Amino acid sequence: MLSIKNLHASIDGKEILRGIDLEVKAGEVHAIMGPNASGKTTLAQLLAGRALYAVTAGSVQYLGRDLLSMTPEQRACEGVFLAFQYPVEIPGISNALFLKTALNAIRKYHLLPELDAMDFLSLVRERMKRVGMDDAMLLRAVNEGFSGGEKKRNEILQLSVLQPKLAILDETDSGLDIDALKLIADGINDMRDHERAIILVTHYQRLLDYVVPDMVHVLSQGRIVKSGGADLAKNLEQHGYSWVNTDAIANQAIQNSQITQANQAP
Amino acid sequence: MHAQPQSWQNIALSLVPYELAGNSTPWVLATRKAAFKRFESHGFPTRREEEWKYTDVSLISKRGTLAPDNIPPEASSEAKLLAWTLPSEGMHLMVFVNGHFDSGLSNIDDLPAGVQISSLADMLDEGAELPKDLFKQQHEHTVFSALNNAFVTDGAVLNITPNTVVNKPIYILLIASGHGTAIYPRMIIMAGAGARATIIEHYMGTLDAHNFTNATTQINLGDGATIEHCKLTQEGPAAAHIAGIHVQQAEGSHFTSKSFVFGGRLVRNDITVSLNEPNCTCTLDGLYLLNDKQHVDHHTRIDHIAASCTSREYYRGVLDGESRGVFNGKVIVHHGANNTDANQTNHNLLLSRQAEIDTKPQLEIFADDVKCTHGATVGQLSDESLFYLRSRGLDEVVARSMLIYGFANDIIRGVNVPYLRTRLEHLLLDRLPQGEMVKELL
Repeated sequence: MLSIKNLHASIDGKEILRGIDLEVKAGEVHAIMGPNASGKTTLAQLLAGRALYAVTAGSVQYLGRDLLSMTPEQRACEGVFLAFQYPVEIPGISNALFLKTALNAIRKYHLLPELDAMDFLSLVRERMKRVGMDDAMLLRAVNEGFSGGEKKRNEILQLSVLQPKLAILDETDSGLDIDALKLIADGINDMRDHERAIILVTHYQRLLDYVVPDMVHVLSQGRIVKSGGADLAKNLEQHGYSWVNTDAIANQAIQNSQITQANQAP
Repeated sequence: MHAQPQSWQNIALSLVPYELAGNSTPWVLATRKAAFKRFESHGFPTRREEEWKYTDVSLISKRGTLAPDNIPPEASSEAKLLAWTLPSEGMHLMVFVNGHFDSGLSNIDDLPAGVQISSLADMLDEGAELPKDLFKQQHEHTVFSALNNAFVTDGAVLNITPNTVVNKPIYILLIASGHGTAIYPRMIIMAGAGARATIIEHYMGTLDAHNFTNATTQINLGDGATIEHCKLTQEGPAAAHIAGIHVQQAEGSHFTSKSFVFGGRLVRNDITVSLNEPNCTCTLDGLYLLNDKQHVDHHTRIDHIAASCTSREYYRGVLDGESRGVFNGKVIVHHGANNTDANQTNHNLLLSRQAEIDTKPQLEIFADDVKCTHGATVGQLSDESLFYLRSRGLDEVVARSMLIYGFANDIIRGVNVPYLRTRLEHLLLDRLPQGEMVKELL
């Protein structure tokens, strides 16, 4: 479904992603872990179409199409969804209005009839129940004055209403207490099926106890330095990121010496 | 030196008061003549004056004539249509066409007991005592109020006796239509102790109207009275509109002003509130939505004269095209006005590089033990917010319109009259690209 090849990206001339390779198939759940400033959020936002980052090399294919040439709204309509690490507050626009506009924009794109207010409300109310959100939150302005946990829940609500093909969740677990974490995890597990791919971007292993990934990747300094199964996350939790970093530094040293040798070759 | 009208013009203008309402009532004529003298000696303000630093009124001083039509015009079919767009039920309606009361288009028959609504012109002609004090009152701080005093043609006199509650809003629609004319309306509103009412002043110009409207509104609140005053300035694209709203509050009264400016080439609103006795509250809210070469200036002044009063001021502006906005909000806490609580905020959204805003919240404090804050912001639509909306499938134009709608609607949603709130929402959405998309969803 998603094929990232040698992706390099920078912001203000500073390189953040330095050659990412990643293959994600439909039905899979991938976790991308890494310390702060490793490029996790950059990768997540770039895939959703944030123009802040300049792609300097590499390619991203999504369902056989060039993802990078699409606008953010095209990506959304084609089934890409990003749950934001810091969901944005939109004063003056109610959650209901926002979600209905989004759902109908996507339906319109697929030449489906738009949902009327009644159908929309019954759909959204049912989904709200599942993520433990109160009906009253529909009338409140998008994320305005929401607690951290409420904002994250609202992202999961949007995810479950919009039903994307590729869901990227950027630190959706951060700042949640254990009950909220379980609710969010249930919401994500609800979405797992053989046609949908999910990428969980996270700093901690905690969420992965509840949403068990098929693959775990460790991102460090803009590169995937290690990939493995679900147990890789457990190792990380035990040994910390320095454990991979020593590994990565060793790899880097080997690469560098190879480059040096190549340069020195006549 | 001030810009002086030509002397021959002044001679012709000085004769105007003799032809207007109340010309056989000595105190009316004397007031008009004195006011004209004040105007004549000062002339139009220039940008060298601090209060007019950002607002050039040459559009008005260069007009062919400043004299109002002294004969009520026949309401044009266009004016009638505008009046008929208002709901016939649920409000007390007064319609003015080019500054003259049109009883045929109005509906003030089923007023509750204790409320009197009259045409000012009728009262001046009769020499009625009721509006006398407020009519004679001078508002020295701008020469336009002198001009209004001299040339006022007609207006509304509202007298609400103590403890009377007016449930339906009093809707005053002032239509400018047809050829360019000078229009001088005057509203005199007296709310007795404990009285409650909502008053809407809606200035509406047809597209071709090159009118100059110079309006004055005076509102006196008795002890514990509650008045909400909404003003909607929706003049035509070539019109100039200068207005003063002057409020006096007695003990424990509550006043709310909401000023919405959507139309007009040049608009200036001076709003002054005097908190004369303790325990008053006053709230001044406003929204200006500008485009093209519109110039809109709000000057507000709140005088905290008595102790223990609260004032709130909250203005927002959205500026596009080559428009220019001015916000000058002054709060003066006088000596002895202890325990004052004042807050003023002005947020602006600039949508084009050519748009400009000059914003200046001002606090002058001469009392101890006060809580006063103020602030202003000028910014653009946030990239992050736009990205968030687009990442959910909304196209860029709709996402922008939605953000502007959210920003501006923050003021509109505070309007208590459902009809007016809906009308304002629609006016806002009509101005936004693909606003109909958002409208469908409301």
